Amino acid sequence: MIPELEKFKGFSAKRLPKEEGLASGHRGCQGCGEVLALRMVMKALGKDVIVCSATGCMEIITSPYPQSAWNVPWIHVAFENAAAVASGVESALKVLRRKGKLPKKHIDVVAVGGDGATGDIGLQWISGAFERGHDMVYVCLDNEAYMNTGVQRSGCTPYGAMTTTSPPGKKSIGQVTWKKNIPQIMVAHNIPYVATASPAYYLDLMNKIKKAAMVNGPAYVHIYSPCPTGWGSRGEKSVEYARLAVETKVFPLYEVIEGKYIVSRKITKPKPVSEYLKGQRRFRHLTEENIAYIQKRVDEEYEKILRLAELT
Amino acid sequence: MAKRVGIEVSIAIAEAVKLAQAEVVAAYPITPQTHIVEHLSELVADGELDAEFIPVESEHAALSTCCGSVAAGARTYTATSSQGLMLMSEVLYVASGMRLPIVMTVANRALSAPISIWNDHQDIMTQRDCGWIQTFAENGQEAVDLTLHAFRVAEDRKVSLPMIVNIDGFTLSHVIEPIELPDQADVDRYLPPFKPKYKLDPKKPISMGPVGIPEVYTEARMAHDQAIKNAKRWIIKAWDEFEEVFGRRYNPVEEYRTEDAEIVLVTMGSISETAMTAVDKMRDEGKKVGLLKIRLWRPFPGPEFRKAAKGAKVLAVVDRTLAPGASSGPVGEELRTVFYKVPGAPKIFNFIAGLGGRDVTVERFEEMVDKAASYAKKRPKELYEVIGVREK
Ligand SMILES: Cc1ncc(C[n+]2csc(CCOP(=O)(O)OP(=O)(O)O)c2C)c(N)n1
Ligand code: SF4
Ligand SMILES: [Mg+2]
Repeated sequence: MIPELEKFKGFSAKRLPKEEGLASGHRGCQGCGEVLALRMVMKALGKDVIVCSATGCMEIITSPYPQSAWNVPWIHVAFENAAAVASGVESALKVLRRKGKLPKKHIDVVAVGGDGATGDIGLQWISGAFERGHDMVYVCLDNEAYMNTGVQRSGCTPYGAMTTTSPPGKKSIGQVTWKKNIPQIMVAHNIPYVATASPAYYLDLMNKIKKAAMVNGPAYVHIYSPCPTGWGSRGEKSVEYARLAVETKVFPLYEVIEGKYIVSRKITKPKPVSEYLKGQRRFRHLTEENIAYIQKRVDEEYEKILRLAELT
Repeated sequence: MAKRVGIEVSIAIAEAVKLAQAEVVAAYPITPQTHIVEHLSELVADGELDAEFIPVESEHAALSTCCGSVAAGARTYTATSSQGLMLMSEVLYVASGMRLPIVMTVANRALSAPISIWNDHQDIMTQRDCGWIQTFAENGQEAVDLTLHAFRVAEDRKVSLPMIVNIDGFTLSHVIEPIELPDQADVDRYLPPFKPKYKLDPKKPISMGPVGIPEVYTEARMAHDQAIKNAKRWIIKAWDEFEEVFGRRYNPVEEYRTEDAEIVLVTMGSISETAMTAVDKMRDEGKKVGLLKIRLWRPFPGPEFRKAAKGAKVLAVVDRTLAPGASSGPVGEELRTVFYKVPGAPKIFNFIAGLGGRDVTVERFEEMVDKAASYAKKRPKELYEVIGVREK
């Protein structure tokens, strides 16, 4: 067990923090799962935090000058480099504290990026920051495509999904590749804390963010974030999809603490994947056969996580 | 007492950064910048400089990291060159647009392809419009002095802009020169602690780097332009103060033997030293030749330049970059603009020289002066000419 986590106390539904690091009134779409998750992240982090955002939906909807939804110090530099910006902030706090120019009080440094910012264009910057061991939390809000630029595919777009650059056609099913496994790439960096989370399980999500902030060194939390606009789903169903993704084993919830896998929510009676796919326009074109393949692969991937939990 | 020592210019620059008490250094190695950051990492490792040295994984990350550290209130330094500067390009514009006072040394080097580690100004000229204040050093002493000056200016609340000090790769970065390293006490007198007006602080939350909608974007860009133009005053004032503290004088444009000069060479960076030798030689031969050295490149000191060039009939402007397909080199273009429709303006001829490490010798400067003299009589077809091209 990591010593920093010995004092860990989880949030309770009755006593959620009142503070909102991220104010309402932002420009997010109705039913946006990303901004819902981000609000929970900010609630879990409290006031003593500095946020470094990557370009993407969350940056755009929260900061149309002269308005800002941020109640905490916030910086946006570019698309791919939030982890590097956070490295700089963290290093500055460290040296200024050491020189007595800042109070000793701990300030969490958090980088936030979408799946594109995290798993595609920004992977190198995160890898560098994690390898150097900066004390930061990196939060990936995974809505499975480049939404800000109009729903283009990313490496995190699931197999078969329709996006504007993975259109299904006579010769294509849509997205032809399986979803890139970003959390496991982060695990490979031997950082102290990696977790996956879903806004449907908000206490679990907030607790994971809290742990990520408590550990010394880099921590990574990958949050599944429904996007009604990009997925062609109904806004009021976002939380339901966030739950279904977990219940169908499509998006397993787990933690990896110092290399040890812990499954947060073991799915013993999984729902069929078809239940999750249904109602999302991005999957509408899939055939029974396609769905059977997805079901098989989802089961296999889930097994891998269970096995990792046994092995570690 | 400040001591004069024989020292490699790169090492001296690192020592200047130490004297400036930089708090975060994030950099990625590239020839010919390497010795600067290697020495800085040593200074940090030995405890001589209390800073965070961040060995980032690329130049893009270097400058991104610098954005974060300076925004959080730490004095911040980086250095790069050539391909590294190109990789930084995106963030260069962000850093200046966000008014983040980072100081950077660029050890000027040619651009690929073909790949070349040798000196010219193509790297920095591609970033001409990046919105950073830019100076050019002529020798090692200037490289040190301009580094201290850069921190002083960039962090000044009235300026709050990032600043690049250009030094020629190898011809400056790797030579050993006698350099006076200032006293810490004098540097402390000259350079107050970094106290930014805005920083990332949970006690006083602000949002940095928001979206610029069409209603504000033009104004934001204009404010940037005004800020860098207004900065000229403070750049010059910081040179005045530099002289008071350290006894050495710097100006946006330096004149050399321009009194009664009819043909004036215009240079930037270390070739100015050879140009001075060439001017001396031509003066000995009775030619009325002088030299203007541009030290401040951005903001461009137009009025100062016009004043310094007063009386000149012909300018032979040296560019150390080739802009394929353009009407002339960037310095040539700049000066043509500065003198556009000015009564009595000198004729301007533009020479491209010293690309990718090719020496610009005394003979080459003589050639430029001779050519400029003859072009003044008979206008050439092209607005620029590449000098020192091998016949075979
Ligand atoms: C270097 C660079 N390339 C491309 C873009 C255009 N761009 C901005 S946001 C974005 C997609 C963001 O996708 P993601 O990170 O998944 O975030 P989301 O908007 O989906 O939340 C793209 C492609 C950019 N801003 N910068
Ligand atoms: S496009 Fe999707 S992720 Fe972006 S704000 Fe709208 S719902 Fe949220
Ligand atoms: Mg996305």
